[in-house]
Amino acid sequence: MNPSRKRTVRLIVALTAAVLLASALIYTSFSAASPALTPSQLAREAQPGHSYLVTGTVAAGSVHREGPVLNFAVEDRSGEGETKIPLQYTGTVPDPFHEGREVIVTVEKQGGRYIGERNSLITKCPSKYKTAPASENQNS
Amino acid sequence: MAGLGFACLLLALAVCAYGIGASLYGVRTGRVEFSESGRRSVYALAGLLTVATVVLEIAFLRNNFSFNTVADTSSRTTPANYRAAALWSSQEGSLLLWAWLLSLWSSLALFLTRKRMRDVAAYATAILLGFDGFFVSLMVFYANPFQTTNPAPAEGVGLDPLLRFPTMMIHPPILYSGYTLCTIPLAFGMGALLARRVDADWIKAIRRFAFAAWLFLGMGILLGARWSYSELGWGGYWGWDAVENASLMPWLTGTAFLHSLMIQEKRGMLKVWNVSLVLATGTLAIMGTFLVRSGVLNSIHAFGGQTLGVPFVVLIGTLIGGSIYLVVSRRDMLRSEHRLDSLLSRESIFLANNLVLVALCFVIFWGTYFPLISEALTGQEASVGSVWFDRYTVPLALILVLLSGIGPVIAWRRATLANARRNFLAPLLSALVVLVVLLAAGVTQKPLALVMFCCAGFVLGSVGQEFLRGARARRAMAGEAPPRAVLALVKRNRRRYGGYIVHLGIAVLFVGVAGSSSFQHAAELGLSPGQSTRVGAYTVRYVRPTATITPKYDEAHTGSTLALGAELDVTKGGPKGPHVTTLDPSEGFYASQEASQGSVGSLIGGQAVSHVAIDPGVTRDIWTAIEPNMEAPNLTRIVKAGNEKLPPDIALVGIGYLAREYLKHPPQAQFHFEVSPLVMWIWIGGMIVLGGALIAIWPAPSVVRSRVSARARVARGLSRA
Repeated sequence: MNPSRKRTVRLIVALTAAVLLASALIYTSFSAASPALTPSQLAREAQPGHSYLVTGTVAAGSVHREGPVLNFAVEDRSGEGETKIPLQYTGTVPDPFHEGREVIVTVEKQGGRYIGERNSLITKCPSKYKTAPASENQNS
Repeated sequence: MAGLGFACLLLALAVCAYGIGASLYGVRTGRVEFSESGRRSVYALAGLLTVATVVLEIAFLRNNFSFNTVADTSSRTTPANYRAAALWSSQEGSLLLWAWLLSLWSSLALFLTRKRMRDVAAYATAILLGFDGFFVSLMVFYANPFQTTNPAPAEGVGLDPLLRFPTMMIHPPILYSGYTLCTIPLAFGMGALLARRVDADWIKAIRRFAFAAWLFLGMGILLGARWSYSELGWGGYWGWDAVENASLMPWLTGTAFLHSLMIQEKRGMLKVWNVSLVLATGTLAIMGTFLVRSGVLNSIHAFGGQTLGVPFVVLIGTLIGGSIYLVVSRRDMLRSEHRLDSLLSRESIFLANNLVLVALCFVIFWGTYFPLISEALTGQEASVGSVWFDRYTVPLALILVLLSGIGPVIAWRRATLANARRNFLAPLLSALVVLVVLLAAGVTQKPLALVMFCCAGFVLGSVGQEFLRGARARRAMAGEAPPRAVLALVKRNRRRYGGYIVHLGIAVLFVGVAGSSSFQHAAELGLSPGQSTRVGAYTVRYVRPTATITPKYDEAHTGSTLALGAELDVTKGGPKGPHVTTLDPSEGFYASQEASQGSVGSLIGGQAVSHVAIDPGVTRDIWTAIEPNMEAPNLTRIVKAGNEKLPPDIALVGIGYLAREYLKHPPQAQFHFEVSPLVMWIWIGGMIVLGGALIAIWPAPSVVRSRVSARARVARGLSRA
């Protein structure tokens, strides 16, 4: 095989390998992904046995710890829906976790309850990169 | 003062516009004085932005709360050093930092290239001014750091307690230096393509900047990981969070570029790769900063719903489109001077290195932007988790470490069996020894970690071999004693041996990652005083509760009102076993600004911050964080009573009662407890990388240069005689 043909073969082999690997990657990403829903969407669409990412705010007065289990409810960030999703979570709780804080947590519907996936709770870093026109600072 | 700052921004915008026009006009018409004027406008820009930054910094240090950004992120009770750092904790302030650092590094780059590559430099000037102009416009039109409120509030909100740590103080300036330095090779690369001057000159000029960008980015990433591990309460150093990934992607392509350019220097190959990598690195850096502040992805740092997204998308689209057009239209000039002779050659290994790093970047890119991709393709926003990332990045990382051991010792052009035997024997033996030792020690359950340890052994063998051979050669030539030989070797060949040290550091770092992720024992413990429990090879006992009250205006502290914690005793084996360490984790409660929480409640109702307790060790870290139960009835009763009975100015008394009650009747607390083997190797590896990189980047002393040129002159003279 002359060098130029060898090079073409190498290129084709490499490209094919790359395409195959990328396809495997892309395919598994769709099946491994958890859909991100707001609490109102979750209440409507959640199927038991599937995991979902819930994004919302911790409802005031809903936080209650029972030993290793943290109970709290998540409501819509924008305050559109009236839905509050109560869930039971075990695992690390980030420092900024607080009533009124925005959180993301992976949950699975089991029976009538929502169980948070272990160590999946993330809270927003507060006051980072807010361009808000000083609406947070209500010093009197 | 705010007026002065804003005026500087407006002037800066004007200077950018002028500089772009002057540079482009100068390079198109060949009128050098205009290109020079364009270059000088970068210096002027740096001056203006320095003034603006100083104005804002002074406002922070002087507690000038008429500045909105000062009132939002600082306070009288924030310690002085954190007040200074608060400048870059807000959107506006961080944009100013970005623009300022970019102007400084651009000035340096253009100063160092002021006598050469005039066309390329002129285009680069225009591009860099374009970037800086973009960021200044964002400040002028969207997020003004010099916005004021009149009358000024008496007290500010204070710096977020999570940021009141030394690592977090320097993480943004270092990371931003990395990001901004990435745009300089981009600008010069585009300039070279535009000016159709893609010979080796532009690479030589920006090589050190690409290296500096890589170093700063890498250090910034490590600092973020260190902060996450030692200050946040989850005990991990990497979460595949969108923001972490955003800084890792340009670092990966930057690494590929630094290696790939060696092939272009030595053999004139991989030219298309090099321009593409440079353009990709700069674009990914811009995308990284876009990710963090546009709110387009849900992550710890950004939560959707911000207005900066659109301008960034336009900029990034232009960058990508422009880059593709430039590379495709100039591809004739980017033809390789040589062809790949064999798949077993250094050129081929470097090509493989490029491929692996780009593949890693692609995986991380896909996973990070997946929520946007899936929403665009399926209408449903979805995310992939850490497990997915690990599945693809771990094997690629293994191959990468292996390549870093093969690359330095494999022959150029074509590796033969003879030179392979000579070069690979020691590294393979190293890897084998590691394998045997680990198998004998019973480390068999985690095959991937085992492979990583062997690859690291391989790298150690190859680096060691290179040093030994080099030192031996020097001894033969110059008769130097071994230690001096090694030093002289490194001094004369900084780039090469500094690079080897970096490889060693990376191998050590990955050993730390493999050890701490594969062999970690973690547990959630619920303990009351006197209780103990078994975690892995250790027994943990809750000895006694701890409580600290800090007066509100203690400047030296990070400023938490109340810290509640516990003292834990850790013994090896059972409760009567040898004492290992005593840990004292606590949770600090900060004041909030919400009067609705009550006089006592608002003193501790703000951000809570974990004070993690770590017992570090070369073989393992023992790590714990506490979550005291603030919902316990005996504690909430006191807070409620205090709210009712105590006015705000003596509410601290209520905190005193709270602390006393906590010490007398501590409720059961939750602990996150981890034993992470080899975690310290990550930080040690990082230090080795830093050392190696500094050696590699350090310019050769002028003495050596003049000695070399003197010798050349003598040789010329002799040849003429």
